[in-house]
Amino acid sequence: MGPLIVNEIISPNTNFLIAFFIGIAFGFILEQNGFSSSRRLAGMFYGYDTTVLKVFFTAAITGGLALLFMSLFGWIDLSYIYINPTFLWSAIGGGVIMGAGFIMGGYCPGTSFCAAAIGKIDALAFIGGIFIGIFAFAEGYPLWESFYKAEFMGSPLLSDWLGLSRGVLMLLIILVALAMFWVGEWAEKKFARKDYTINQR
Amino acid sequence: MNEPKKYMNPYLGGVLLGLVLAVAFWVSGRGLGASGAAKSVIVAGVETVAPSHAENALFYQEYGSTHEHPLKSWLVFEMLGVLVGGFLSGALAGRLHFKVERGPNVSSRIRVIFAVIGGIFFGFGAQLGRGCTSGSALTGMSVLSAGGFITMAAIFGTAFALAWFARKLWL
Repeated sequence: MGPLIVNEIISPNTNFLIAFFIGIAFGFILEQNGFSSSRRLAGMFYGYDTTVLKVFFTAAITGGLALLFMSLFGWIDLSYIYINPTFLWSAIGGGVIMGAGFIMGGYCPGTSFCAAAIGKIDALAFIGGIFIGIFAFAEGYPLWESFYKAEFMGSPLLSDWLGLSRGVLMLLIILVALAMFWVGEWAEKKFARKDYTINQR
Repeated sequence: MNEPKKYMNPYLGGVLLGLVLAVAFWVSGRGLGASGAAKSVIVAGVETVAPSHAENALFYQEYGSTHEHPLKSWLVFEMLGVLVGGFLSGALAGRLHFKVERGPNVSSRIRVIFAVIGGIFFGFGAQLGRGCTSGSALTGMSVLSAGGFITMAAIFGTAFALAWFARKLWL
């Protein structure tokens, strides 16, 4: 049955329309959780607000579990789900550069668009930076092409690397996440700030 | 002025976001993303402004060989939705204001300068890493992609490692 697009149950144009609605839900949920606030996003790295950690890992677990259950019920064919390819050096290098951008800019790309939508000027500035960064990458591409394509490993799953089934790995991730949530709740008390309220129900 | 409404419970928010991710998998066979839409805009812009350059430069050639029109992409439509969804949420919660958000000990000017620099790093890094926090880290982890875990660890690890140096911006 699923994915609908691969099995030609919906047309490519319908797929784009649904992408738009998925985006609305994505943006709405990000904003409802305060991902439109750079101080909240940066708070994770100082411990005074770990909302990002909680939302991010709960979402990854929910999405991953949903995939496994949909596969179990025969609702989706996992072999059609796009798996990001792994190029070892660029995955690490890109991540390190993104991490530096995160702590300086206070946003990541998705959250900056969400924040700009409610009028955050710093988010608009960040988006301007994103365009400059992508343009620089594109124009200088021959300089880093070999690094970009080095150490290609196909599209391995972490579960294959560890010799586990997908379900067992998911269980481990859930346990790790629960431990991190506990640390997060502790950190929010330990590093609480007088000039900042977490403001959530 | 009314106080803005409270934010959602983060665990509830995470479950809802995960369900949106699951719908994307079920309908479109792919997860969420963000930086890819910005890349589409850059490629479309260069193809329009400097078509001969786009034909000759390697990056645009490789992009063109695997894509149709750059703006006719799943991520572009999705990110247009993010703008709408973010705006709707902000409007309902009373959070629509033009402002520079910054730590208590940094000027607006410095904050904006570092936002631009941060954006440049993130835009560049997302190209190198083949996706950002949404596409590579969140979606990658959900599908258990090894690369997704590596990129996620590199992003958050680096941000934690550099947090001390950037503390004047936020604390």
